[in-house]
Amino acid sequence: MTETLTDAEPLSYEQALEHFDPVLGFEVHVELNTKTKMFSSAPNAFGDEPNTNVNEVCLGLPGTLPVVNGKAVEYAVMLGLALNCQIAERCRFARKQYFYPDTPKNWQTSQYDEPIAFDGYLDIELDDGEVFRVEIERAHMEEDAGKLTHAGTSGRIQGADYSLVDYNRSGIPLVEIVTKPIVGAGARAPELARAYVSAVRDIVKGLGISDAKMERGNVRCDANVSMMPKGTTTFGTRSETKNVNSMRAVEHAVTYEMRRHAGILAAGGTIVQETRHWQEGSRTTSSGRPKSDADDYRYFPEPDLVPIVTTAAWVEELRAQLPEPPAERRRRLLAAWGFSEQEFRDVVAAGLLDEIEETVASGVAPSVARKWWMGEISRLANARDLEPAALGVQPATIAELNALIEQGRINDKIARQVLEHVIAGEGAPEEIVSARGLEVVSDDDGALTAAVEKAMAENPDVVEKIAGGKLKAIGALIGPVMKETRGQADAGAVRKIVLTKLGIEE
Amino acid sequence: MTTHTHHLTRLTAAEMAQKLRAGEITSVELTQAHLDRIAAVDGGERGIHAFLHVSAEEALRTAAEVDDLRAAGGAAEALHPLAGVPIAVKDLIVTEGQPTTAGSKMLEGWMSPYDATVVTKLREAKLPILGKTNLDEFAMGSSTEHSAYGVTRNPWDTTRIPGGSGGGSAAAVAAFEAPLALGTDTGGSIRQPGAVTGTVGTKPTYGSVSRYGAIAMASSLDQIGPVARTTEDAALLHELIAGHDPKDSTSLPGEVPAFGEAARTADVAGMRIGVIKQLTGEGYQQGVLDRFHEALDALRAAGAEIVEVDCPSFDYALGAYYLIMPSEASSNLAKFDGVRYGTRVLPEEGPLTIERVMGSTRAAGFGDEVKRRIILGTYALSAGYYDAYYGSAQKVRTLIQQDFDAAFEKADVLISPTSPTVAFPLGENLDDPLAMYLNDVATIPANLAGVPGISVPGGLSEGLPVGIQFLAPIREDARVYRAGAALEKLLSQDAEPLWAQAPELAETEPEAAAEPAEAAAHPAGK
Repeated sequence: MTETLTDAEPLSYEQALEHFDPVLGFEVHVELNTKTKMFSSAPNAFGDEPNTNVNEVCLGLPGTLPVVNGKAVEYAVMLGLALNCQIAERCRFARKQYFYPDTPKNWQTSQYDEPIAFDGYLDIELDDGEVFRVEIERAHMEEDAGKLTHAGTSGRIQGADYSLVDYNRSGIPLVEIVTKPIVGAGARAPELARAYVSAVRDIVKGLGISDAKMERGNVRCDANVSMMPKGTTTFGTRSETKNVNSMRAVEHAVTYEMRRHAGILAAGGTIVQETRHWQEGSRTTSSGRPKSDADDYRYFPEPDLVPIVTTAAWVEELRAQLPEPPAERRRRLLAAWGFSEQEFRDVVAAGLLDEIEETVASGVAPSVARKWWMGEISRLANARDLEPAALGVQPATIAELNALIEQGRINDKIARQVLEHVIAGEGAPEEIVSARGLEVVSDDDGALTAAVEKAMAENPDVVEKIAGGKLKAIGALIGPVMKETRGQADAGAVRKIVLTKLGIEE
Repeated sequence: MTTHTHHLTRLTAAEMAQKLRAGEITSVELTQAHLDRIAAVDGGERGIHAFLHVSAEEALRTAAEVDDLRAAGGAAEALHPLAGVPIAVKDLIVTEGQPTTAGSKMLEGWMSPYDATVVTKLREAKLPILGKTNLDEFAMGSSTEHSAYGVTRNPWDTTRIPGGSGGGSAAAVAAFEAPLALGTDTGGSIRQPGAVTGTVGTKPTYGSVSRYGAIAMASSLDQIGPVARTTEDAALLHELIAGHDPKDSTSLPGEVPAFGEAARTADVAGMRIGVIKQLTGEGYQQGVLDRFHEALDALRAAGAEIVEVDCPSFDYALGAYYLIMPSEASSNLAKFDGVRYGTRVLPEEGPLTIERVMGSTRAAGFGDEVKRRIILGTYALSAGYYDAYYGSAQKVRTLIQQDFDAAFEKADVLISPTSPTVAFPLGENLDDPLAMYLNDVATIPANLAGVPGISVPGGLSEGLPVGIQFLAPIREDARVYRAGAALEKLLSQDAEPLWAQAPELAETEPEAAAEPAEAAAHPAGK
């Protein structure tokens, strides 16, 4: 009796690529942010008490019937268009049947051979600017399942003491985007995987059709990986790593699966066609359930729903309303702002494109806006363990702060303090400056001149250097003046007073 | 039981409505008369057993509301014409506050938290709901013998079946336990019981009546419809329950036609009536064919033009039906797994895994006929078989629709016997599913094509009722009422209407009844 080898030590990434070419495929599920569910009037909301956002329809009670959420169809068409897909003139829902307690009807209403959108593509920009085209096979509508929590040591349904089910998520509208097999990415496959999921997230966020929070499962990625010996064209057996729910995890999961497949194949083994679970801690995958192409879901057209018909006029109306595609927008902003490629990539990676664009629109120079968001705001967010965009700072606030600086009413350092007060909820910058008396010390009453005189008297050696023509030495007087004015002096005004006192003309 | 109240139950629904409006009777009186009749004939060893649940208190409460509104005067104008006329509801249709079992152990004790749209309409129109009627489990059968709660008996001969699946609704109406009832018709479940109990039953155009709240057997075939003793009564009830429902995507938009008016017209002069060649010859009892031909003669004499139409694809209707119906049913019944509601049966030994609990629940909760259809449907939808079975059946369906289209070029309505036989003895076909399925051979084509059909009484054969079916094009339900009412009128010219000729049933005096009316609800459940 011969045993088939199905497990081996993964190869190193370099070794794996020396002998094999990766083939990728992605199924990305996007939860739409409609007010109600896909087929019922129950609310579509996150984070509520379990089993409160439900009604008889999404619980699948006897006698109930589904009704399609028109907004969800509109969103699906918009997404299809943004993915450069064809939109079906007529399509139907189908029942995907399997017994599992997270689907209250024991079938999922999905689309089978008639997806609403098909034959599209997405141009993915990699870190160095190289563009890789990913072909989209289809984007279809379906409903989400409920959420199971398994009590007991395994955390899985097998061996659980009991399981709890929350049907709040049951029936939330989803669009599943399926790529065609992605060949030719080679060593850049993991990077492409991350960039692809990131691009899909940016698109749905830009369309406003999803909250697009991966940590909440609004965007979920199943990553298919197979390896074929270099120089061949027949795809190997694939594994499907389920629910890889962060950009970084997508990249790592693809990397690991490429190494694992290569290890098994190089040792003469066979890849088991199965689903895999991503293990964040060890950055590996573990075996899930076997999955064959012959899985029989007994699909048939959903008889309780009438076909969906899209008119060309309606589709064109939606197309005309589409926002600028994220990639095009990035190219436009990069040119307009004059950032270096690296600076721009950092902004994109920090998720601050929208904020900087709005700040610039409020009249702030792009470089200044970037400095605020990538500098002080990011630092404050970091200290609070938040994303910079989640700190709650409004682009208008930055514009206001910047105006106060340009008017000479506060200096940079005070401006940073004002920002902290804004975040603490003390009001708008202008209010905080007057309430706290932070405006720069004016010389109307001679207070600034007095402070400068005091500093000059206390630093005769510095004064001598300045008088001797070393104007840079003025800097050494700024410190003591600031100290005297509790930081509220304007450095330019101090310089002017010093030069006047010494009779120096610039 | 007084003669007066006994007499009340023998009125037609239209007459009851008229007497209520005129203030000659009260709804409480009328409702109580029916509750008394139920208590007298429904229970006991040889009782009709049309009801699985009797809701006396709720019915009388609604009746009292109607009487109060009428007594108050002004509001009476706003009352629905049928307000105060009691009704029974097939136990496949969900009702808040009354149990819904679908005739299955699977839903024993289940209370729906919502009303079916048709039930909401009954409540809004203030028809006292007497209770829930017996049926074959999940409406799967043609004799009501597949109910998990015991058989229903045919009031014309209590040793015979009342038809199915809606035997309870038909028997209740035939036995004067209710003047009106709701049924559901997937392959004949309203019309065939109507035929064998001498009552009237309509399967409306698919989408005419909302299916929301009817526990689905085969979604693309199911349709709720009226059960009554006269065509006019059926038409009036149909008008009440019809109309677009935003909760049912397959329900039709548009105004509800005046079906009652069509029934009162009752005129076939100049109407082209098509005899379907495929639904008359072999397999039909001679007595059934005799009554059918007499009906044709009567219609011809009344000025109808009788033509023959050829519907060759009807020969494949039964085969297509027994693929489509079980396929959809296998899916619709998947939700009954013991996880969320209804019966849960734990495996007697071994580990308590979710699969095993689902399995033992379904093994114990479903009866044989339901299991037979789930297995058939699961097989037909399996990968590799789908095209050959479900796919081919859908093609036959299209051909049948085309046959109807062609037939309706030649005829305004079509006619056939409703059922090939009169009511057969209880138990006769129980072990022969194919013989049972053949009962629906004439009724199934209408479901496959979505067209409306009615069964009206066509006289007796060996003392048992024969039904005549009229079919009309989609959305032309008014035509079946017009033709049905005409035949009804023609056949009762020289005699009492058939429904009035039913033999007297042995009655138990309410006082002497061993148990109150509510007890009739669960004779088999104890």
